Order: sequence, then structure tokens, then C-alpha cells
Amino acid sequence: MSIDKNSLWTYVALGALGIFGPILFPDYTLSIAYLWMMVLMASTWDTLGGQMGYNSLGNITFFGVGMYASAIVQISFFYEGGVGEYTSAMGSIKPEFTAAEYFWGLSLGIMAAGIAGLAMSLLFSTFMFGLRGPYFAIGSLGLAIAAAEITITINYVGGASGISMPLFPGEIEFRSTFFYMLCFGFAVVSHFLLRWLYSTQFGLAANAIRDDEDKAEAMGIPTLAYKRLGWGIAAFFMGCMGAIAGNMAGFIDKEVAYPIPTFGIFMVAMALLGGKGTLWGPVLGAIIFHVVKETTWTYLLNLQWIALGLILIINIVYFQQGIMGWLQTKFPERFGIVVDGSTSQDADGGNAGGKEAA
Amino acid sequence: MSDPIIEVESVSKSYGGVKANVDITMNVQRGSITGIIGPNGCGKTTLFNSIVGYHPIDDGSIRFDGKEISDLRVGDIARLGMLRTFQQTRIYSKMNCVDNMQISVSQRADSGFLMFASRRGEIKDRAEHLLEFVGLYSKRNLISGDLSFGQQKLLEFAMALMNEPKVLLLDEPTAGINPTLINGLIDRLQRANEELGITLCVIEHNMRVIMNLASHIYCLANGKMLADGLPADLQNDQRVVDAYLGGH
Repeated sequence: MSIDKNSLWTYVALGALGIFGPILFPDYTLSIAYLWMMVLMASTWDTLGGQMGYNSLGNITFFGVGMYASAIVQISFFYEGGVGEYTSAMGSIKPEFTAAEYFWGLSLGIMAAGIAGLAMSLLFSTFMFGLRGPYFAIGSLGLAIAAAEITITINYVGGASGISMPLFPGEIEFRSTFFYMLCFGFAVVSHFLLRWLYSTQFGLAANAIRDDEDKAEAMGIPTLAYKRLGWGIAAFFMGCMGAIAGNMAGFIDKEVAYPIPTFGIFMVAMALLGGKGTLWGPVLGAIIFHVVKETTWTYLLNLQWIALGLILIINIVYFQQGIMGWLQTKFPERFGIVVDGSTSQDADGGNAGGKEAA
Repeated sequence: MSDPIIEVESVSKSYGGVKANVDITMNVQRGSITGIIGPNGCGKTTLFNSIVGYHPIDDGSIRFDGKEISDLRVGDIARLGMLRTFQQTRIYSKMNCVDNMQISVSQRADSGFLMFASRRGEIKDRAEHLLEFVGLYSKRNLISGDLSFGQQKLLEFAMALMNEPKVLLLDEPTAGINPTLINGLIDRLQRANEELGITLCVIEHNMRVIMNLASHIYCLANGKMLADGLPADLQNDQRVVDAYLGGH
């Protein structure tokens, strides 16, 4: 895994934003935290959606499942009555957690959330990967909607009235910085994991599945295992991020846990905008999307959805490969893509000699 | 001295009312080059599809290396060491040639960690060596979808070799390749057979090619096995001539 010069400078710039952003602009700490969350969502969506060509509209399911899993773990570990009693009291019980209990609970909660997301994706993969193309997309969207509806019928986790998350034991500024660092940390870890993964045989197999899955199968590539792994990684990180987001929000219910029309769609839109199937596309897409979203929310209130819609339309109509994809076709040599200068037809016979001619 | 690596026994396959293969029996000898000929629509590709597990067969038995494979699926059979190429060439069109080659390595000995293997070193060397073997070395870094049809066909052949199969089923390897390149391809098929020890089974319409290449030829017509024998015998078989000329 070598890092070229361009990437190095990008890392320096993003690292500086990540570390100094909240120090220089303390008012925007949570907004930048959401930026990293969106970077993670778009990047992990791309593992299956971009690299493998399986456009999932249901990755938000793992976010919600992770959020609820962490709530259950955090509450039941340190509150004697358990989750059922806590939720049925409808928020009238406010147990005081010590700092140690809170942070232990949160750590375990995030881990449980990741594992719950992963387990859920493995369960889904047993039947979902029989679907392809638009059927997979719609099927996965159905999973998210079903998960949201099922969640509100479970009284154990508060049903439709939701759960209040344990109170953060500390100053409000420290709270922001703490959750900020979690979001940033998870975005960084997921990015480098994916970067490494795409440089191995996994990256090639994923692209092979995208280009021609039947051929890959005919060549003996265990395609199902690769798809499971790709979705599993996304599910794990989405689960962890769900746990963090739930604690940031302080209160969770169906709307917070399964934001299908917002984050659920945003993550796909961001990956498409930046260029799906590339490492940097979803990162770039998330940054642009988030900046536009925050700016329009501030200065063009009421028009923000129109602005986002406009970006999507321009993206889909004029830049289907996204920004990175467009750059790659425009300046292929900068991305190490070789284009043949000679006409390929007459090279047929002429180049049969291969190396000798080269 | 008979040592069949593929044994097809009384295989039948129909699509609805269409009987694509009826009671087909054939053997492919280990280390040989076996040909399958027959007029368009006579069931050659269906037979290939049955052998590699693309669809379930209605009746009969198919054994590979002594093992019954008629109930296995494509991926399982490929991992046993039997591959096929497609009549409509299939490659990973958005990846470059070296990447196409590197992802085609054999999955037979995979213990689950091949997924995370690095792409450098031995695998890359072998990929480039085989690209040189088929004459595509100078094109190795091009996006494979930008290659001409003939070059894509060569790439698909090289990808199959990269997989180090025991048996390779080739569906019309010379179709669409320009005539000057066909001789080179015949030569490479023979070398793959002799030097790499790969058993070949070839569907081919080009009589000049198949008669030079194969040691034993099967002829299908209307889904049934019409005749089989040495190339010279088959060329003089009136039934084969009739089938090709439409006298059937």
C-alpha cells in the first residue's frame, strides 16, 4: 500500500481539517463531526455499491440496528432494572451513570453495534444476493423500511416512543469534542481499511463482480463470499456509526435510527457525486455535498432541498461517473490509466509479437 | 490406455419443448485435444453449459476426473479445475489487462486468505508472462474493454490459462479473429496443451482449424450425437457432410 504524492497532500489537508477544525471553529464542531460521519457512510456504501455494482439502498438499516443495539447494551449493563423497565418508564427514570460506567457502556455499546450490524448483514446476505441490479436496490430499501417498522412494534426498546440515551457525564463542550473525535477516528480507520482492502485481490474481485459476475463465477471466484465481506464491512462501520450518532442525538426513535430519506439516500447521492467505484470519490462527494447542504440550510432556508435536488440532477444528467470518474476520463494519465494511441483494429495482427515489439 | 477426464453419459437437456441435447455420450481423454462440431443450433453450446454446470441436466451423468459433477454449480466445477470460455467473449471490461489476469488466478487451493493477498510479485510476473504468450504484452496496461474483439478473445484465453485448469472448454475460439492471427492461435492452443498439460475441448466451425487441432472429433446434429472419430474419418463421413450441407 504505497501512498502517492497527491494522496499524501490530501491526507495532510484532511488531517489538518480533522484535528484543527474544531479548535479553530468550535461552533462548527458538530457540523464537522457530521461531515466525517457522511464520509464514512459514503465510503462504506461504495464498497458494495461502487466497487461491486450492488446498489444498496438499505445500508441505513445497519445504522439503526447498531443504534438500538448500543442503547440496549449501554442501559442494561449498568442499570439494574434492565432495558424493559427503563423504557416502560417513558423517561421518568433517569439513572445517574458515573463517568467510568458511561464510557465503559459506550465502548461496549459501539462494539455491540458493529457486531449487530455485521450479524444483520450476514443474515440478509443469505437471501438478498439472489437479487441483482434494480431488484437488489429495491429489496434492500424494503429491508430498511421493514426494520424501521418492526422496531416500533418492540416495546422492549420503547416502541414508537423511543429511548432516552444515558446522559453524558461532562461539560457540553467536552461532549461535542468527544463525539467529534469518535466520528473522525472511525472515518479514518474505515478509510485506511478500505484503502488497503482495495489494493489486495479483494479490490480486483470486487471490480470483476461489477463488470461481469457470471464470468467471475465461471472462473471459480467465490463471488458470494466477496459480496458478504463487502457488505459486512459496510454493515459493521454503519453499526458503529449508528451507536455514536444515537449518543450524539441523546434520544433515539424510528426517525433518528432509520433516516431513510435523508442519510439513507444521501450516502448514495454523495458516492455518485464524487464518483462511485473509486477510493476518493465518496470522500470528495461527501465533503461537497455536506458543505452545500450546510450552506443552503443556513442561507437559503426553504430552498435547501431544491439546491440538493439540483446537484443530483446535474450529477445524473451530465456527470454520471461523478467528479472522480470525470477527472479520470479527462486526465487518464494522472490516474495511471493508459490509453492506446494507435488504432486497435490493425494492431490485432501487428502486435502478436508482443514484448519483442515493445 | 483409455483415460477419460470428462465422461458424459446419456445426457439429455430440453428447454420447454425444445430438445437441445438428446442422450449424448462422449469422452474427453486426459491430455488430448477433442473437437466438437455440428451445424448452428445443434446443441454444442448447450452441451458445454451442461458440462460446466451452467444449468441442471434432465437426465444422464457427467463425471470429471472420476467425480460426478452433474449436480454441482459453475463455481464449484471451476474450482475443481474445469473452465470454459464464452462464444460471446467475456472479460472484465473496465479493468486493465494485467488486472484481468491477476484476478483469474486459480481459486482451487484457496483457504480463504487469497482475498487479502497482495497483487505484486509472483502473480503479476505470471500474468505478464502469459500476456506475452498470447501476444498482448504491449497492451497490458490498457483498459480491456478498449481492445479489439480479437484481442479480447486472446485475453480471455490468457485468463483461462492463468487459472491453470486441468481442462479448458473453448467455445469457438477463432470466431471473429482475423485470418492471419488464427494460425498463431492454433499454435498457442497446441502449446498450452503440450507444454502446460491442459486438456482442451473445442467447439469450432472452422474445419481447417479443428481438423488440424483435434485428435478426436464429435459431431452433433439436431441435439443428437451423429458421429465421432478421427478427423480424417469424419471428413469422409457422408452423414457429417450431409448435416453440414443441410441434407439432414
